[in-house]
Amino acid sequence: MLVKLSSDALKQTRWYEYGVRFLLGGLATVFAGIMGARFGASIGGLFLALPAIFCASATLIESHERRAKEKAGLSGRRRGQEAAALDAAGAALGSLGLAAFAAVFHLTVSASTAGAFAAAIAAWAAVSVAAWWLRRRLRIVSHARS
Amino acid sequence: MTEYVLRFVAGGVIVSIFSILGDMLRPKSFAGLLGAAPSVALATLGIAVVEHGSNYAAAESWTMIYGAIALACYSVVVCHLLMRFHLAALPSTIVALAVWLAVAFGLLAGFGGAA
Repeated sequence: MLVKLSSDALKQTRWYEYGVRFLLGGLATVFAGIMGARFGASIGGLFLALPAIFCASATLIESHERRAKEKAGLSGRRRGQEAAALDAAGAALGSLGLAAFAAVFHLTVSASTAGAFAAAIAAWAAVSVAAWWLRRRLRIVSHARS
Repeated sequence: MTEYVLRFVAGGVIVSIFSILGDMLRPKSFAGLLGAAPSVALATLGIAVVEHGSNYAAAESWTMIYGAIALACYSVVVCHLLMRFHLAALPSTIVALAVWLAVAFGLLAGFGGAA
């Protein structure tokens, strides 16, 4: 399957779910700032990769899938878990991109702040997509052999 | 206080943008990449550069690498809790936070912060 962008999925999301994400995102950012101010840059830096909103997003994905199945008269519990697990697998690959973001930012921020952000975001996108594509290719090859 | 309000709003907006983009993307494994988007980092590092300078932001981004490795371990554990142990998403993601903390602080203790 090719990567697609569709606005249909947004119709499944309820208004308060956007609010929950905004709230958790804001709180996670404030928390990271407090940790940095209280314990220094080294500890504060760890919390820049805290999976604070992952709890909410995985739960929302699970409930969306379950609701969709239940509408069709089926039990959606297992399907919801599988959808959340797929999201977690994607996040594991995205973490490689996040590490690349941090490494590139670390190496370039002393030269130019704007340039460091641009290079770090480009590194995050490139490494994440490359990791996803590579995993997909490996799965296709292993399925073809079995 | 103003700084924390700014952090809250910036973090909330950036996280929401990545979340909406993640909702719209298919397949789900690809959308999951955005679960590890640098949302909190973008807001925090921008403020860190303005407030403390580039050396401070560089030090934060060094240990962020440990946090990202911990996030990879966390995500794998969540995946296994969901698929093998059939736990629901909320308990899986909360229980696995112990893994994130252990790996992140273990790496910091082992390798230290930026010089």
